[in-house]
Amino acid sequence: MPSTSDFYDIDSVLSEEERAIRDSVRRWVDERVLPIIGDCYVQGRFPKELVPEMAALGVFGANLPEQYGCAGLNNVSYGLIMQELERGDSGVRSFASVQGALVMYPIFAFGSEAQKTAWLPKMASGEVIGCFGLTEPDFGSNPAGMITMAREQADGTWILNGAKMWITNGSTARVAVVWAKTNGDTDASSIRGFLVPTDAKGFSARDQKGKLSLRASDTSELVFSDVHLPADAILPGSGGLKSPLMCLTQARFGISWGAVGAAMACFEEAASYAKNRVMFDRPIGGFQIQQQRLAGMLTGIVQGQLLSLHLGRLKDAGTMTPQQVSLAKRSNVSMATDVAREARRLLGAVGVLAEYASMRHMANLESVYTYEGTHDVHSLVLGQAITGLSAFS
Amino acid sequence: MKIAVCIKRVPEMDVKFRIAASGTAVDETGLKFDMSDFDGYAVEFALQLTERLGAGEVVVISLGPDAVQETLRKALSMGAARAVQLKVDSIPADGFAIAQALAAELKDGGYDLVLFGKHAADSASGAVGLMTAELSGLPMVHACTKLTIEDGKGTARREVEGGAEIVSFPLPAAASIDEGIARPRYPSLKGIMAAKKKPMDVKPAQLGAARLAITKMELPPERQAGRIIGEGAAAVPELVRLLREEAKVL
Ligand SMILES: Cc1cc2nc3c(=O)[nH]c(=O)nc-3n(C[C@H](O)[C@H](O)[C@H](O)COP(=O)(O)OP(=O)(O)OC[C@H]3O[C@@H](n4cnc5c(N)ncnc54)[C@H](O)[C@@H]3O)c2cc1C
Repeated sequence: MPSTSDFYDIDSVLSEEERAIRDSVRRWVDERVLPIIGDCYVQGRFPKELVPEMAALGVFGANLPEQYGCAGLNNVSYGLIMQELERGDSGVRSFASVQGALVMYPIFAFGSEAQKTAWLPKMASGEVIGCFGLTEPDFGSNPAGMITMAREQADGTWILNGAKMWITNGSTARVAVVWAKTNGDTDASSIRGFLVPTDAKGFSARDQKGKLSLRASDTSELVFSDVHLPADAILPGSGGLKSPLMCLTQARFGISWGAVGAAMACFEEAASYAKNRVMFDRPIGGFQIQQQRLAGMLTGIVQGQLLSLHLGRLKDAGTMTPQQVSLAKRSNVSMATDVAREARRLLGAVGVLAEYASMRHMANLESVYTYEGTHDVHSLVLGQAITGLSAFS
Repeated sequence: MKIAVCIKRVPEMDVKFRIAASGTAVDETGLKFDMSDFDGYAVEFALQLTERLGAGEVVVISLGPDAVQETLRKALSMGAARAVQLKVDSIPADGFAIAQALAAELKDGGYDLVLFGKHAADSASGAVGLMTAELSGLPMVHACTKLTIEDGKGTARREVEGGAEIVSFPLPAAASIDEGIARPRYPSLKGIMAAKKKPMDVKPAQLGAARLAITKMELPPERQAGRIIGEGAAAVPELVRLLREEAKVL
């Protein structure tokens, strides 16, 4: 009988390096993340002490080229890393997603050569932490409406004003990639990306307190009041809303894998508990209701694994489309929220404890369901792909 | 400092094993394989030693079919400089046959130190290292829990019944590694990519004649379910009686 941890023998279609990469990150998560993450979650603390270890492993921007200090991996390997990190905690995976896909990627894709060599090696080594500011208090699903504004001065420098909300790593970061409209133009085509040092005068970050989800992650509000930026703060290759959306496509790709990792953690916990918890003189796993529950969980996970793997192969072949990423993000995150909830329920009372992982994942996944394009917004993206009719305009 | 580490590819141990139809081997379907634990400590120790000295080379050697190349590449991804596969169709059960092939490979290698794991996680015989050292004419310390190499000499600590033994020896020498010496590092993603480009020599193993063969393998008998005889202090007299009269352990 195949093992339930790899029911469809996906290992057999991974390359030796892909497996080795997955196994190395898996062992790191088992030994370094799992023992502390429950406490971090309860304390509402991101385990910053793990950043140098993640950097030494090479997880930051792992699919970017070696010439910038990155590991130069293919996208399937990158996805497997995200899967393993989120098997630990969505907050840990979010940290790596933001650093790699939302900060290093735009510098790589839209930055000048000088910006790339100045920032990417330091970000790969964890010396510089980044954050990505797109969402604003009044513009979430509709970032095109943003009101943060950068004005070019006579000497080519910039003055930035506005606010961003829900910014992962916001209080930890040394550099923020901030998306702003330019020169008083309210049209989304004027949106450009800026590299904003977080110690710049007029920049402030405030922790957003009271989260019941992603508690082991820093989420902050950023305020820019007359932040003066040098001329070379702009990402020269960025232009229009398409640029931040390209970053989100990278991050969502990783999230589609990450969600599977969270679901795998919940399933393993539930399956093991079901085999050991005796009630009515037999393990609860022997009752049909729990068997059906576990069968549903495993089915969802296998479907998600296959979906992400194929998406990764398409990305490696250079043919992946943003709509395909929307489908995978939407489907896998939704699957994971269901698996986490079912696992939590199977566990009975212990399922509400931080000592067990399922409820932590269940709560985390509600953020994952909402960020990077809500589930609903991805429905609309798919709806447009199917009907040719846009729900947004 | 030139160090050879002999490593074995073994099944991961946290599974329920089944016996193959032949009755003399483990059924390998569905098993995952990795470097034997103690061998991993030995690789890590060797890497730390050369890193501390700032000089030297760690060479990893494994005897087995082509699948062992994956295990060798893992050691390369941790930082070993090159690898040698001593190729056979299957790993013989007789450690002496293996030891002869390893000794033949080590002979002209110019190694200052040859390391082994204390024993392989699967066969657990702990003999190959000792026999290889003997065939190579090297002093050998078995099951070191500490090892220091300085100025052409080595000092090792061994745990013995009720205490410890401190042994010193001249180089070149061989040693086998027990737990606690060094926790194997996580192969970095760059290390994994770099390992593909490091040299891997594949040579036919000069196996000795096997004098032992496995004739039968058995699983341990199913354990009987336990019995709860009561709770708290009130149950103690009955427990003591049963331990004495039924289990006969008191
Ligand atoms: C923990 C966390 C971390 C985050 N990190 C970051 C970050 O690092 N950087 C960043 O820029 N942002 C970040 N976000 C913000 C996130 O991307 C937004 O929350 C998300 O885009 C949704 O925006 P909103 O919360 O304003 O919801 P809204 O857009 O107000 O949506 C509210 C509800 O309305 C629905 N809705 C909206 N529009 C439509 C429509 N047209 N049709 C049907 N239903 C609709 C939504 O699906 C949702 O159910 C983070 C969020 C969280 C929770």
